[in-house]
Amino acid sequence: MQRKILLAALIAAAPMPVLAQSGDAVARSLAATCAACHGTEGRGVPQAFAALAGRPKGDLVSILQAYKTGKIPATVMHQLSKGYTDEQIEMIAAYFAAKKN
Amino acid sequence: MTNAFKRRDFIKLLGAGAALGVAGCASTGATKARLVVVGGGFAGATAAKYVRMWDASIEVVMIERSDVFTSCPISNLVLSGFRTMEDIRHPYDGLRKYGVQVVNDEVTAIDAGKRVVKLERGGDVTYDRLIMAPGIDFMFEQMPNYQKAGNRVLHAWKAGAQTIELRKQLEAMKDGGVYVLSIPVAPYRCPPGPYERASQIAAYFKKAKPRSKVLVLDGNPDVTSKGPLFKKAWADLYAGVIEYRGNAKAIDVDPKGGVVKLEVEDVKGDVLNVIPPQRAGDIAMKGGLVNANNRWCAVDWRTCESTAAKNIHVLGDATLSAPLMPKSGQMANQQAKLCAAAVIALINGQQPNPMPLISNTCYSFVSEKEAIHVASVHTWNEKENTLTTVPGSGGVSAARSEQEGNFGHAWARAVWSDTLG
Repeated sequence: MQRKILLAALIAAAPMPVLAQSGDAVARSLAATCAACHGTEGRGVPQAFAALAGRPKGDLVSILQAYKTGKIPATVMHQLSKGYTDEQIEMIAAYFAAKKN
Repeated sequence: MTNAFKRRDFIKLLGAGAALGVAGCASTGATKARLVVVGGGFAGATAAKYVRMWDASIEVVMIERSDVFTSCPISNLVLSGFRTMEDIRHPYDGLRKYGVQVVNDEVTAIDAGKRVVKLERGGDVTYDRLIMAPGIDFMFEQMPNYQKAGNRVLHAWKAGAQTIELRKQLEAMKDGGVYVLSIPVAPYRCPPGPYERASQIAAYFKKAKPRSKVLVLDGNPDVTSKGPLFKKAWADLYAGVIEYRGNAKAIDVDPKGGVVKLEVEDVKGDVLNVIPPQRAGDIAMKGGLVNANNRWCAVDWRTCESTAAKNIHVLGDATLSAPLMPKSGQMANQQAKLCAAAVIALINGQQPNPMPLISNTCYSFVSEKEAIHVASVHTWNEKENTLTTVPGSGGVSAARSEQEGNFGHAWARAVWSDTLG
């Protein structure tokens, strides 16, 4: 309800149409949930966790799916990866694969 | 859809910046809108950085009363002596590289109608959108003598001067003394934090003052986070050192020190660490943003926009948490990115992401080297109209380990870096 009111207010106030956020922005936000450990934009942090930026999409999807299904052992990634849908994992992997590191 | 930039505000802001040696005030020509962020903790600093990183056409002014960031995570290891204050203090310089204008000042008032934030020294700053990340303040009114006790009773629940003072008192305490830790009824900042602290101080005592005791007076019926893991660590490592009492809510202290008053008895100790009940920071109260139980700021979790005021977003420990969402540093960092994306969308006339998702991982050190964690993933739930945990996700450590301890330190380095640049 509040969103409807907000959108109505925006439409009334702004001459421009209200646009849906692009899929890129959604992928960017999903990928940002990894950044607290894997570094801003997946760039990695010295003496911390692995960089994700620039790694092939297929590799990232395989690893995340292996964590999600329990095929490879983990301390925390098996718990976190189960919170993401297969589609979300694809989006995150594509986002990082397209980043340079 | 944005306010025109007002020249006089820019001059005032420049004045505030110049007086404090703040460099790099953004030029105004290409500015689409001005975002003001109040508070430079995990929530505020992350939001300021990410808005600039994702949309450099938005001017971002972050107002913070401290000139340095001091991390609550890892501060318990300063109390045990395994880390130092230098390890948990970090400069704000990284944010300036993203073009965030970091202003060292105190916010004294918010005028939501006029979209103005008033500063103690720097005058008025107008905003198009405002992010409030004020953290917590204490409900001292629930413990009438607390503030009269001065340094005889400490909370050390905001890392900084009290962390240093509590460490000093622990070092000065005689072997055979009793350290009392009083925990407020949930919700409070960092659910596992008090239990980590008990573990850390027990580790210090075991090494340096083996006849000393840690007495935990918990206002809650039982350990509120990672309970079985903490209790196993206490039984394995600190038998005879830590005594835990549930349902032991402190109601006051003796102003002369030395005594914590419970409902049914007085408890004596040599070092008193009483963590009072908490609510959203004072400036959120003053700004009329506290609308849940007279303690917290309710928000729409799709945008973190306040349900009490338009164009104002609230982040971090000050918010009315969604179900099973801890008041943690990483949660604040993640909320900040959700909010940053929403603020950018709103300023650009777009619809914010209707299905946001955020996750939390939080490590607690149970000894010098061993840690345990809890993890969770939260996503928008249309039916519940809030963020809820994704079924099947999340969990805790199988067991404490040095590997988790290494991850805990790596996590701290990573989240500090993601928050501060």
